[in-house]
Amino acid sequence: MPSLIDELKPSASDCRAFARRLRLTAVRMVHEAKSAHVGGSLSMADLMAALYGGVLRVDPHSPSWAERDRFILSKGHACAVFYAALASRGFFPLEWLDTFYRDGGRLAGHASHTGVPGIEFSTGSLGHGLSVATGMALTAKRDGAPWRVFALLSDGECDEGSTWEPALFAPQYKLDNLVVIVDYNKIQSLGRTKDVLDLDPFADKWKAFGWAVREIDGHDMDQVLDALTTVPFTKGKPSCVIAHTIKGKGVSFMEDKLLWHYRNPSIEEYNAAVAEIEAAP
Amino acid sequence: MRTAFLQTLEELAAVDTRINFITGDLGFSVIEPFVKRFPMQFLNAGVAEQNMTGLAVGMALSGKIVFTYSIANFPTLRCLEQIRNDGCYHKANLKVVSVGGGLAYGALGSSHQATEDIAAMRALPGMTVIAPGDPLEAEHATRGVAALEGPCYLRLGKAGEPRVHTGPIDFQLGKAITVCEGKDVTIISTGGMLQPCFEAAKALMQTGLSVRLLSMHTIKPLDTQALLSAVRETSAILTVEEHSVIGGLGSAVAEWIAQASPRRVGFRIMGLPDEFCRTVGSQDYLRRICKLSAGDIQTATQELFQRTK
Repeated sequence: MPSLIDELKPSASDCRAFARRLRLTAVRMVHEAKSAHVGGSLSMADLMAALYGGVLRVDPHSPSWAERDRFILSKGHACAVFYAALASRGFFPLEWLDTFYRDGGRLAGHASHTGVPGIEFSTGSLGHGLSVATGMALTAKRDGAPWRVFALLSDGECDEGSTWEPALFAPQYKLDNLVVIVDYNKIQSLGRTKDVLDLDPFADKWKAFGWAVREIDGHDMDQVLDALTTVPFTKGKPSCVIAHTIKGKGVSFMEDKLLWHYRNPSIEEYNAAVAEIEAAP
Repeated sequence: MRTAFLQTLEELAAVDTRINFITGDLGFSVIEPFVKRFPMQFLNAGVAEQNMTGLAVGMALSGKIVFTYSIANFPTLRCLEQIRNDGCYHKANLKVVSVGGGLAYGALGSSHQATEDIAAMRALPGMTVIAPGDPLEAEHATRGVAALEGPCYLRLGKAGEPRVHTGPIDFQLGKAITVCEGKDVTIISTGGMLQPCFEAAKALMQTGLSVRLLSMHTIKPLDTQALLSAVRETSAILTVEEHSVIGGLGSAVAEWIAQASPRRVGFRIMGLPDEFCRTVGSQDYLRRICKLSAGDIQTATQELFQRTK
């Protein structure tokens, strides 16, 4: 794999290649482990490829480097892509990915930091990540530290009141070193978000709370990189990127299907998924 | 206890800039000196305890020692999952402080009575649970909590409790303080029940009963050495707490006795019954209603001793 680590400006083509690798790895992990959440992993694969393909200032050889950017995956159930990104970047050996969701393995079915370099914060219960990210951003501000905090949220967890508490707090403290990315794939566990609890007008809600908001196509790498490399969008305001995405993106029979929130791909489905991802332009 | 805590925290914050204090919009007219002196080590999270706790963990994971502060059940039960997943699982330097443990805010009603908090906090892996017995213990406990790595729960009474200890104390987290030495029966108190227990012990000694009184300020980890001595050297143990009889000090001691006591011992748990207190009244009034007055403790101790001697 080309070195994506130290590039100041990640290239869209490298990130697209990285995203393809992440999709392949995540689908394999989920299939082999017989686990769930492949749809929500694929919807955020391009976002993760951009973040770990160069946006985040992190050092795999020094995961606790004091001035690293902090990343929190608040939608911890979609951790297969996260683990794949960390292993690809060299935070831990690729072989560890084979232990995902297994007896005695290191990689739990929701993002967990125990024994796993590169994970700042463990999640799994929704609506926890943004508060912790906000506390980190506040600390950096008060200490005059240069690092930034990125939190990737699901749309479903915006049902949680505990997501909106820090949403109210961060603008009050002018935390422009904080970036929220919402993977808005519009399907949650039991149905479409508009049918369960309609989030729209979603961007307006964040704006009303005092965030600088940008809406992007979360699968258009040029748009993703443009947004994530131009934060803060407004000085003195936290940034919110609403990434419009498609659940199961990259595998036609999984795309925009509620079924693939939980369903585990059979061997035939897995092979078909791999063929599609590899054949994609 | 609240005053002792805040004054001590101010002293600590002056010498250690890692110390941060976050309130959930409570503490009017008592936290102002801290806020004025250390504005960059203070935060009002607003009426949002889940966020208060998450923020605190984010700060703690960035190198700070963070005290969250509110009253009754708001800093504990309201944000229990944040304390568990965010604080305890990450072994964060999160110090949860509740003012008004037990029936301290009695007349405000059951919403403001923290009566299951010890049970909930005690069950969390890695959590240290402390309920000091008087203002002097509260001062020492605050220092201990700040110095200890990892999550802690500090359960305080309110302001204006009398000091029970007359001289200096040897306060160590996890070590009970022997307030009175005795050989007939042991009373183990936690939190603000120390005062009525002390009164009961004094009265019992007037009647010729030799009472050992332990202030078990740390409920977790429990001082099992003190329990072992009590079992060996006295014939019965009475635990007293302003907390449900389920899951608190009494349960912790019972768990140890059932599994580890080298000999049979008389035992009784005094605490709040497994029901909401629906009577309106002050802390003193409700303690009498709930049979937790000094007189009730005295009577219960005598009965227990008669039954087991």
